[in-house]
Amino acid sequence: MSTLPHASPPASPHAHGGASIARTMRHVQVALLPATLFGFWLFGWPAVHLFVITVGTCVLTELVCQRLMGLDSSFGDGSAVLTGWLLALSLPPWAPAWIGALGGFIAIAIGKQLFGGLGQNLFNPAMVARVALLVSFPVVMTQWVAPLPMTADGAPGFGEGLWITLASPPLPDAIASASLLGHAKTELSRGVDLLHALGAATDPLLSWAGARAGSLGETGAIFLLAGGLYLLATGVIRWHIPLAVLAGLAIPAAIGHALDPAHYLPASAHLLSGAAILGAFFIATDYVTSPNTAFGQLVFGFGIGLLTWIIRSWGGYPEGMAFAVLLLNALTPVIDRYCRPRILGRTYRGAPIDAAAQRGVK
Amino acid sequence: MGFIDRFLRTRKFSRGIHPEDHKRPAADAPLRKMPLPERLYVPLLQHVGAPARPAVAVGDTVSKGQRIGEPQGAISAAIHAPTSGRIVAIGDIVAPHPSGLPVAAITIESDGRDEWTPLTPCADPFALDAAEIGRRVSAAGVVGLGGAAFPSAVKLSGGRDANVDVLIINGGECEPFLSCDDRLMRDRAADAIDGIAIMLHATGAREARIGIEDNKPEAIAAMRAAAAGHAKIRVEPVPTRYPMGSEKHLVLALTGLEVPANGRPADVGVVVHNVATAAAVRDAVRFGRPLLSRLVTVNGVCVREPGNVEVLIGTLADAVLEFCGGVRADRGAPARLLLGGPMTGMQVPTLHVPVIKGSGGILVLDRDEVGVRTPGPCIRCSTCVRACPVGLLPLEIARRVRAGDLDAAVKFGLKDCIACGCCAYDCPSHIPLVQYFHHAKGELAARDRHKLRSEATKTLAQARAERLEREAREKAETAARRKAAPDAQPAPAPRPAVATPPAGESA
Repeated sequence: MSTLPHASPPASPHAHGGASIARTMRHVQVALLPATLFGFWLFGWPAVHLFVITVGTCVLTELVCQRLMGLDSSFGDGSAVLTGWLLALSLPPWAPAWIGALGGFIAIAIGKQLFGGLGQNLFNPAMVARVALLVSFPVVMTQWVAPLPMTADGAPGFGEGLWITLASPPLPDAIASASLLGHAKTELSRGVDLLHALGAATDPLLSWAGARAGSLGETGAIFLLAGGLYLLATGVIRWHIPLAVLAGLAIPAAIGHALDPAHYLPASAHLLSGAAILGAFFIATDYVTSPNTAFGQLVFGFGIGLLTWIIRSWGGYPEGMAFAVLLLNALTPVIDRYCRPRILGRTYRGAPIDAAAQRGVK
Repeated sequence: MGFIDRFLRTRKFSRGIHPEDHKRPAADAPLRKMPLPERLYVPLLQHVGAPARPAVAVGDTVSKGQRIGEPQGAISAAIHAPTSGRIVAIGDIVAPHPSGLPVAAITIESDGRDEWTPLTPCADPFALDAAEIGRRVSAAGVVGLGGAAFPSAVKLSGGRDANVDVLIINGGECEPFLSCDDRLMRDRAADAIDGIAIMLHATGAREARIGIEDNKPEAIAAMRAAAAGHAKIRVEPVPTRYPMGSEKHLVLALTGLEVPANGRPADVGVVVHNVATAAAVRDAVRFGRPLLSRLVTVNGVCVREPGNVEVLIGTLADAVLEFCGGVRADRGAPARLLLGGPMTGMQVPTLHVPVIKGSGGILVLDRDEVGVRTPGPCIRCSTCVRACPVGLLPLEIARRVRAGDLDAAVKFGLKDCIACGCCAYDCPSHIPLVQYFHHAKGELAARDRHKLRSEATKTLAQARAERLEREAREKAETAARRKAAPDAQPAPAPRPAVATPPAGESA
């Protein structure tokens, strides 16, 4: 009666906590939703179309790659959707359709499947695509639009939005804009110092609300932060990477600004501009490409923050988060190598601990 | 320094996991005693070490508590008849083991009278010396009842030599579903405390600390009440954190001491015994009563009346399950039959196997409770790293094992793995990590055996080559001598040298 038909029984444990890849991906998508919807509202229908195209291309590329390699489709785990989603959030909201499609293809085909698929890639696929697009098509990739909420007069409707995304007509001057970081970089290069160039543009209130030019999903700091806290609360991510990224960015920025406010943006501007919050909570925390241990994650995050600040302050590009993430991704194996946890009963070097020394401590 | 160091080390045990415990309502159900079964199947190997040698023959009649298996070797345990009756068979039965392979056992047909063999009680155990207590415990066949089943006498009588100062009693019972130790502490607290006092006396330890997970308030209260009169025995609640019942982790949580890798608790002056073992030691020393029964948790959503049952060793698990109302029909086919807990217990192909001294649980789980699905790829989420109570990188070890690089896996700490299952429990990709580690450890053992054997073969071959060479040389010399002096008497033939195999190897 109480007999099972199994020939070779599986090893323990015979219970599971219920976590799954699909559930993790779903949590991240839920966390991204507020900032994404805000981006849609802020930048109108073209942003929606771009999002659909980017995500769609990622999923399609994943399916085709896996079919070509004769693998089972992993569409159900939601990882390709997430890659496309993150990429879309980092693109200029009115970018043409081909940018989204090309980016989606690069992210999945080159950034992920060429390395062997889920879990095998060294670099964050969305950031690989973003950087590839940025260095290949710098003009298109830095054409920002001023916020033009969906509900505002003159905002493009569904059809007009489709036309903007598919045909990419030249943007009228009234709509074209510069992001804060881009503006600061341009003015500095013209010899104008920041005290004169920015005026009220660094007002943190404006930045928190996100009503300014920037990538599709980067500007609504408060929505991204809410999503990040949701991820922390659900245990999908831990605090080490986000905090380290923000600290790595804010600490040198604060020092720089204190020493020379005319040439260095304040810490608040750094934290609330560009991909800082998005990057800290959603991109740097990518499991596959970040270190394994808490200490390693602190090193990794701080490295990203610091490098972002360096690129923003002295590099050729106004934004440096994507480059910083990729560079630290490359260092992840090295960080993992040097940041191993201590094994119980052993010293950090791996030798058994001294029993005699402990008997005195008790 | 000492305090901070101790705090930091105690804090280390924030790792591990917190599995859903499923202990109630079985834990709260009153203890039941199983009626005498018709036949008992008593395996000769129920402990770590060498199997016992049968001391009876087929056809013999035995009384309850009579010794039917003699221990063999330094680490072994005696086996006793759980009831009176007739020996009907000595031979192989299906082992309570995942393989379902045969194991030698003595089958007793009960005569229904349950008559005891004469016992030798002892009025004052505290007048006995450690060696005598060890002898009585050994004679009673007491082994660790927490699951590992290490012969208890070895740890008890070794206590004074090892200079033990703290006796730790494991009442952690961190395995989900299991509550037999909880039940024992609630219902037999006085016996357990008496046993602990005897163990304190035997080991010469300064004090005893009873670690009980704080999800068992009734057990904590009962043990506290029973220990009230003993200055040297303290009950210490520990956080409910799997694997708190692991020896090294309990020692860490209670004393802040860390047992060195490859070492034993005795190295830091600690000895650990399970709380049920303490009760068994008391029975053995005070009354001369051998270990004939144990508490078994019967649990799982498929069981009709889950609870704890006092079961004679050798009773078929199937019969115990039937006693608990059998399997519920409305739950569909059971997905897993387990002996022990779900984290470290073993799946058995059938419950037609006897309960042995180490069996703490009989579980019948359905698909939802098992919850294990088809494995996906590792996404390096490092959940396993966070979960591992030993501080390993399970994902890195698994990667090396998968690539066949066992040396690298060992460098990452494969041999330090305690197979607690925390990593696999939390893995979102459902990768059977523990299975990888078991496999790798098996491969390593096989490789070591092979290496030993090939070294022995090499030594033998070398010895043979040397012998042949020497013989040839001697023959040549004899021939040369004969040639030089053809009239001389022929020399006696040289005795061939005998190659002796190297010590310790019987190849």
